Amino acid sequence: MFQFESINDFIQMGGHGYYVWSAYLISLSVLIWLVVSPLQRKRKFIQEMIRQQRREMARQDISNT
Amino acid sequence: MWHLFHWRWFHRLGSPRWFYQASGKWLPWLSLLAAILLLVGISWGLGFAPQDAKQGNSFRIIYIHVPASFLALAGYYVMAIAGAVGLIWKMKLADMVMKSAAPIGAVLTFVALVTGAIWGKPTWGTYWVWDARITSMLVLLFLYLGVIALQYSYSSQEAASKASAVLSLVGMVNVPIIYKSVDWWYTLHQPATIKFTEAPSMHPDMFQPLLVMILGFYCFYAVALILNTRVEILHRERRTRWVHDLVTAQSNPAQLK
Repeated sequence: MFQFESINDFIQMGGHGYYVWSAYLISLSVLIWLVVSPLQRKRKFIQEMIRQQRREMARQDISNT
Repeated sequence: MWHLFHWRWFHRLGSPRWFYQASGKWLPWLSLLAAILLLVGISWGLGFAPQDAKQGNSFRIIYIHVPASFLALAGYYVMAIAGAVGLIWKMKLADMVMKSAAPIGAVLTFVALVTGAIWGKPTWGTYWVWDARITSMLVLLFLYLGVIALQYSYSSQEAASKASAVLSLVGMVNVPIIYKSVDWWYTLHQPATIKFTEAPSMHPDMFQPLLVMILGFYCFYAVALILNTRVEILHRERRTRWVHDLVTAQSNPAQLK
Protein backbone atom coordinates (compact mmCIF):
# COMPACT_ATOMS: atom_id res chain seq x y z
CA MET A 1 0.00 0.00 0.00
CA PHE A 2 1.30 3.43 -0.94
CA GLN A 3 1.75 5.34 2.32
CA PHE A 4 0.98 8.83 1.02
CA GLU A 5 -2.27 10.54 0.07
CA SER A 6 -0.84 12.53 -2.81
CA ILE A 7 2.36 13.22 -4.71
CA ASN A 8 2.73 16.43 -2.73
CA ASP A 9 2.48 14.42 0.50
CA PHE A 10 5.12 12.07 -0.85
CA ILE A 11 7.49 14.95 -1.55
CA GLN A 12 6.81 16.63 1.83
CA MET A 13 7.26 13.35 3.77
CA GLY A 14 5.48 14.84 6.75
CA GLY A 15 8.06 17.61 7.13
CA HIS A 16 11.04 15.30 6.66
CA GLY A 17 11.15 15.62 2.87
CA TYR A 18 14.29 17.74 2.91
CA TYR A 19 16.24 15.14 4.89
CA VAL A 20 14.95 12.04 3.12
CA TRP A 21 15.29 13.38 -0.42
CA SER A 22 18.71 14.94 0.09
CA ALA A 23 20.02 11.67 1.60
CA TYR A 24 18.71 9.67 -1.36
CA LEU A 25 19.86 12.13 -4.02
CA ILE A 26 23.39 12.52 -2.65
CA SER A 27 23.75 8.74 -2.27
CA LEU A 28 22.40 7.92 -5.71
CA SER A 29 24.59 10.46 -7.47
CA VAL A 30 27.84 9.22 -5.89
CA LEU A 31 26.85 5.59 -6.51
CA ILE A 32 26.16 6.33 -10.17
CA TRP A 33 29.53 8.05 -10.39
CA LEU A 34 31.10 4.86 -9.00
CA VAL A 35 30.04 2.83 -12.06
CA VAL A 36 30.25 5.60 -14.67
CA SER A 37 33.84 6.59 -13.88
CA PRO A 38 35.44 3.17 -14.62
CA LEU A 39 33.48 3.00 -17.89
CA GLN A 40 34.84 6.42 -18.85
CA ARG A 41 38.38 5.44 -17.88
CA LYS A 42 38.08 2.28 -19.97
CA ARG A 43 36.91 4.25 -23.02
CA LYS A 44 39.79 6.70 -22.57
CA PHE A 45 42.26 3.83 -22.28
CA ILE A 46 41.00 2.14 -25.47
CA GLN A 47 41.14 5.44 -27.40
CA GLU A 48 44.65 6.11 -26.16
CA MET A 49 45.76 2.60 -27.18
CA ILE A 50 44.19 2.93 -30.63
CA ARG A 51 46.05 6.21 -31.15
CA GLN A 52 49.28 4.53 -30.08
CA GLN A 53 48.75 1.58 -32.44
CA ARG A 54 48.09 3.95 -35.36
CA ARG A 55 51.27 5.88 -34.59
CA GLU A 56 53.23 2.64 -34.56
CA MET A 57 51.67 1.47 -37.83
CA ALA A 58 52.49 4.81 -39.48
CA ARG A 59 56.09 4.54 -38.27
CA GLN A 60 56.37 1.04 -39.73
CA ASP A 61 54.95 2.25 -43.06
CA ILE A 62 57.58 4.96 -43.25
CA SER A 63 60.43 2.56 -42.50
CA ASN A 64 59.10 0.10 -45.11
CA THR A 65 59.14 2.62 -47.97
CA MET B 1 45.89 -35.49 -8.81
CA TRP B 2 43.29 -33.82 -6.65
CA HIS B 3 45.58 -31.03 -5.52
CA LEU B 4 46.79 -30.48 -9.09
CA PHE B 5 43.27 -29.74 -10.13
CA HIS B 6 42.87 -27.47 -7.14
CA TRP B 7 45.95 -25.41 -7.96
CA ARG B 8 45.07 -25.03 -11.59
CA TRP B 9 41.83 -23.42 -10.46
CA PHE B 10 43.76 -21.11 -8.14
CA HIS B 11 46.14 -20.01 -10.86
CA ARG B 12 43.41 -19.52 -13.39
CA LEU B 13 41.55 -17.27 -10.98
CA GLY B 14 44.79 -15.37 -10.48
CA SER B 15 45.15 -14.74 -14.19
CA PRO B 16 44.07 -11.19 -15.03
CA ARG B 17 43.27 -12.21 -18.60
CA TRP B 18 40.98 -15.04 -17.49
CA PHE B 19 39.25 -12.74 -15.01
CA TYR B 20 38.77 -10.03 -17.63
CA GLN B 21 37.09 -12.44 -20.02
CA ALA B 22 34.97 -14.25 -17.42
CA SER B 23 33.81 -11.07 -15.69
CA GLY B 24 32.70 -9.70 -19.06
CA LYS B 25 30.14 -12.50 -19.14
CA TRP B 26 28.96 -11.97 -15.54
CA LEU B 27 28.61 -8.20 -15.78
CA PRO B 28 25.34 -7.85 -17.73
CA TRP B 29 23.51 -10.25 -15.38
CA LEU B 30 24.94 -8.78 -12.21
CA SER B 31 24.15 -5.24 -13.36
CA LEU B 32 20.59 -6.20 -14.25
CA LEU B 33 20.12 -7.88 -10.87
CA ALA B 34 21.58 -4.89 -9.01
CA ALA B 35 19.40 -2.43 -10.94
CA ILE B 36 16.20 -4.39 -10.32
CA LEU B 37 16.91 -4.93 -6.61
CA LEU B 38 17.81 -1.28 -6.03
CA LEU B 39 14.85 0.02 -8.00
CA VAL B 40 12.41 -2.23 -6.13
CA GLY B 41 14.08 -1.53 -2.79
CA ILE B 42 14.12 2.24 -3.21
CA SER B 43 10.48 2.53 -4.29
CA TRP B 44 9.42 0.12 -1.55
CA GLY B 45 11.41 1.94 1.11
CA LEU B 46 10.40 5.44 0.03
CA GLY B 47 6.75 4.92 -0.76
CA PHE B 48 5.39 1.65 0.58
CA ALA B 49 7.14 0.78 3.84
CA PRO B 50 5.27 2.12 6.88
CA GLN B 51 6.73 5.15 8.64
CA ASP B 52 8.34 4.77 12.03
CA ALA B 53 6.13 5.50 15.04
CA LYS B 54 8.76 7.74 16.68
CA GLN B 55 10.90 9.00 13.79
CA GLY B 56 8.22 9.46 11.14
CA ASN B 57 9.42 9.52 7.56
CA SER B 58 13.05 10.40 8.29
CA PHE B 59 13.28 6.68 9.13
CA ARG B 60 13.27 5.96 5.38
CA ILE B 61 16.93 7.00 5.27
CA ILE B 62 17.66 3.60 6.85
CA TYR B 63 17.22 1.96 3.43
CA ILE B 64 20.38 3.70 2.21
CA HIS B 65 22.24 4.14 5.47
CA VAL B 66 22.31 0.52 6.68
CA PRO B 67 23.16 -1.15 3.33
CA ALA B 68 25.89 1.44 2.67
CA SER B 69 27.39 0.86 6.13
CA PHE B 70 27.23 -2.93 5.61
CA LEU B 71 29.10 -2.71 2.34
CA ALA B 72 31.56 -0.14 3.65
CA LEU B 73 32.61 -2.80 6.17
CA ALA B 74 32.31 -5.82 3.86
CA GLY B 75 34.36 -3.86 1.31
CA TYR B 76 37.09 -3.45 3.89
CA TYR B 77 37.30 -7.22 4.29
CA VAL B 78 37.50 -7.58 0.51
CA MET B 79 40.31 -5.02 0.33
CA ALA B 80 42.29 -6.45 3.26
CA ILE B 81 41.92 -10.08 2.17
CA ALA B 82 42.88 -9.21 -1.41
CA GLY B 83 45.85 -7.29 0.00
CA ALA B 84 46.92 -10.30 2.08
CA VAL B 85 46.61 -12.69 -0.87
CA GLY B 86 48.66 -10.34 -3.03
CA LEU B 87 51.27 -10.00 -0.30
CA ILE B 88 51.60 -13.73 0.45
CA TRP B 89 51.16 -15.36 -2.98
CA LYS B 90 52.29 -12.40 -5.11
CA MET B 91 49.06 -12.71 -7.06
CA LYS B 92 48.77 -9.76 -9.43
CA LEU B 93 44.99 -9.94 -9.72
CA ALA B 94 44.63 -9.70 -5.93
CA ASP B 95 46.69 -6.48 -5.94
CA MET B 96 44.43 -5.05 -8.62
CA VAL B 97 41.30 -6.00 -6.66
CA MET B 98 42.74 -4.35 -3.55
CA LYS B 99 43.48 -1.14 -5.41
CA SER B 100 40.00 -1.11 -7.00
CA ALA B 101 38.24 -1.82 -3.70
CA ALA B 102 39.68 1.28 -1.98
CA PRO B 103 37.76 4.08 -3.78
CA ILE B 104 34.51 2.06 -3.73
CA GLY B 105 34.86 1.50 0.00
CA ALA B 106 35.65 5.16 0.53
CA VAL B 107 32.52 6.24 -1.36
CA LEU B 108 30.31 3.79 0.55
CA THR B 109 31.74 4.95 3.89
CA PHE B 110 31.12 8.55 2.79
CA VAL B 111 27.50 7.64 1.94
CA ALA B 112 27.06 5.95 5.33
CA LEU B 113 28.43 9.02 7.14
CA VAL B 114 26.47 11.58 5.12
CA THR B 115 23.14 9.75 5.32
CA GLY B 116 23.78 9.19 9.03
CA ALA B 117 24.42 12.89 9.55
CA ILE B 118 21.28 13.88 7.61
CA TRP B 119 19.25 11.34 9.54
CA GLY B 120 20.75 12.55 12.83
CA LYS B 121 19.42 16.09 12.43
CA PRO B 122 15.67 15.35 12.74
CA THR B 123 16.23 12.38 15.08
CA TRP B 124 18.93 13.48 17.52
CA GLY B 125 18.80 17.21 16.81
CA THR B 126 22.38 17.31 15.52
CA TYR B 127 24.24 16.39 12.36
CA TRP B 128 27.31 15.11 14.11
CA VAL B 129 28.42 13.71 17.45
CA TRP B 130 31.88 12.44 18.26
CA ASP B 131 30.69 9.11 19.55
CA ALA B 132 32.42 5.76 19.13
CA ARG B 133 30.41 4.44 16.17
CA ILE B 134 30.64 7.58 14.08
CA THR B 135 34.27 8.26 14.93
CA SER B 136 35.32 4.70 14.09
CA MET B 137 33.46 5.01 10.76
CA LEU B 138 35.39 8.21 10.11
CA VAL B 139 38.60 6.29 10.84
CA LEU B 140 37.44 3.71 8.28
CA LEU B 141 37.09 6.49 5.70
CA PHE B 142 40.64 7.66 6.46
CA LEU B 143 41.96 4.10 6.13
CA TYR B 144 40.40 3.85 2.68
CA LEU B 145 41.79 7.27 1.73
CA GLY B 146 45.19 6.18 3.08
CA VAL B 147 45.23 3.13 0.81
CA ILE B 148 44.26 5.31 -2.18
CA ALA B 149 47.03 7.79 -1.32
CA LEU B 150 49.64 5.02 -0.93
CA GLN B 151 48.78 3.68 -4.39
CA TYR B 152 49.95 6.97 -5.85
CA SER B 153 52.95 7.69 -3.63
CA TYR B 154 55.36 5.08 -5.00
CA SER B 155 56.93 5.03 -8.43
CA SER B 156 56.93 1.22 -8.43
CA GLN B 157 53.55 -0.50 -8.44
CA GLU B 158 55.00 -3.39 -6.45
CA ALA B 159 56.05 -1.15 -3.56
CA ALA B 160 52.70 0.65 -3.66
CA SER B 161 50.81 -2.65 -3.46
CA LYS B 162 52.93 -3.88 -0.59
CA ALA B 163 52.46 -0.67 1.43
CA SER B 164 48.71 -0.57 0.72
CA ALA B 165 48.29 -4.21 1.74
CA VAL B 166 50.14 -3.64 5.00
CA LEU B 167 48.04 -0.56 5.80
CA SER B 168 44.76 -2.35 5.04
CA LEU B 169 45.78 -5.32 7.21
CA VAL B 170 46.79 -3.09 10.13
CA GLY B 171 43.52 -1.20 9.70
CA MET B 172 41.56 -4.42 10.25
CA VAL B 173 41.83 -3.61 13.97
CA ASN B 174 39.23 -0.92 13.37
CA VAL B 175 36.57 -3.29 12.02
CA PRO B 176 35.59 -5.09 15.27
CA ILE B 177 35.70 -1.68 17.00
CA ILE B 178 33.06 -0.42 14.58
CA TYR B 179 30.87 -3.47 15.13
CA LYS B 180 31.16 -3.39 18.91
CA SER B 181 31.18 0.40 19.35
CA VAL B 182 27.43 0.57 20.05
CA ASP B 183 27.73 -2.01 22.82
CA TRP B 184 31.01 -0.91 24.39
CA TRP B 185 30.44 2.82 24.72
CA TYR B 186 27.49 5.00 25.56
CA THR B 187 26.12 6.34 22.28
CA LEU B 188 23.19 8.03 20.59
CA HIS B 189 23.47 5.49 17.80
CA GLN B 190 20.98 2.67 18.05
CA PRO B 191 22.33 -0.88 18.44
CA ALA B 192 22.37 -3.28 15.51
CA THR B 193 18.91 -4.02 14.14
CA ILE B 194 20.02 -7.11 12.28
CA LYS B 195 21.96 -9.87 13.99
CA PHE B 196 22.83 -13.27 12.64
CA THR B 197 21.99 -14.91 15.95
CA GLU B 198 18.51 -13.48 16.53
CA ALA B 199 15.42 -12.46 14.63
CA PRO B 200 15.54 -8.82 13.51
CA SER B 201 14.04 -6.34 15.96
CA MET B 202 12.10 -4.69 13.16
CA HIS B 203 8.62 -5.14 11.83
CA PRO B 204 8.64 -7.41 8.72
CA ASP B 205 7.02 -4.62 6.65
CA MET B 206 10.06 -2.44 7.37
CA PHE B 207 12.59 -5.27 7.30
CA GLN B 208 11.74 -6.79 3.90
CA PRO B 209 12.57 -3.69 1.84
CA LEU B 210 15.77 -3.32 3.90
CA LEU B 211 16.76 -6.87 2.98
CA VAL B 212 16.11 -6.11 -0.70
CA MET B 213 18.30 -2.99 -0.45
CA ILE B 214 21.12 -4.90 1.27
CA LEU B 215 21.08 -7.55 -1.46
CA GLY B 216 20.94 -4.79 -4.08
CA PHE B 217 23.95 -3.07 -2.52
CA TYR B 218 25.91 -6.35 -2.50
CA CYS B 219 25.22 -6.80 -6.23
CA PHE B 220 26.02 -3.15 -6.90
CA TYR B 221 29.28 -3.52 -4.99
CA ALA B 222 30.22 -6.54 -7.10
CA VAL B 223 29.47 -4.63 -10.31
CA ALA B 224 31.49 -1.59 -9.22
CA LEU B 225 34.43 -3.74 -8.09
CA ILE B 226 34.47 -5.74 -11.32
CA LEU B 227 34.27 -2.59 -13.48
CA ASN B 228 37.13 -0.92 -11.61
CA THR B 229 39.25 -4.07 -11.59
CA ARG B 230 38.79 -4.52 -15.35
CA VAL B 231 40.15 -1.04 -16.06
CA GLU B 232 43.06 -1.73 -13.72
CA ILE B 233 43.76 -5.01 -15.57
CA LEU B 234 43.82 -3.24 -18.95
CA HIS B 235 46.24 -0.62 -17.65
CA ARG B 236 48.68 -3.04 -16.07
CA GLU B 237 48.54 -5.54 -18.94
CA ARG B 238 48.69 -2.92 -21.70
CA ARG B 239 51.92 -4.36 -23.10
CA THR B 240 50.51 -7.87 -23.50
CA ARG B 241 49.36 -9.47 -26.73
CA TRP B 242 45.78 -10.07 -25.58
CA VAL B 243 45.16 -6.43 -24.64
CA HIS B 244 46.55 -5.33 -28.00
CA ASP B 245 44.23 -7.78 -29.76
CA LEU B 246 41.32 -6.51 -27.70
CA VAL B 247 42.09 -2.91 -28.68
CA THR B 248 42.46 -3.87 -32.33
CA ALA B 249 39.08 -5.60 -32.22
CA GLN B 250 37.59 -2.43 -30.73
CA SER B 251 39.12 -0.09 -33.28
CA ASN B 252 38.17 -2.21 -36.29
CA PRO B 253 35.59 -4.92 -35.57
CA ALA B 254 35.64 -6.21 -39.15
CA GLN B 255 39.36 -6.99 -38.95
CA LEU B 256 38.75 -9.62 -36.32
CA LYS B 257 37.24 -12.04 -38.84
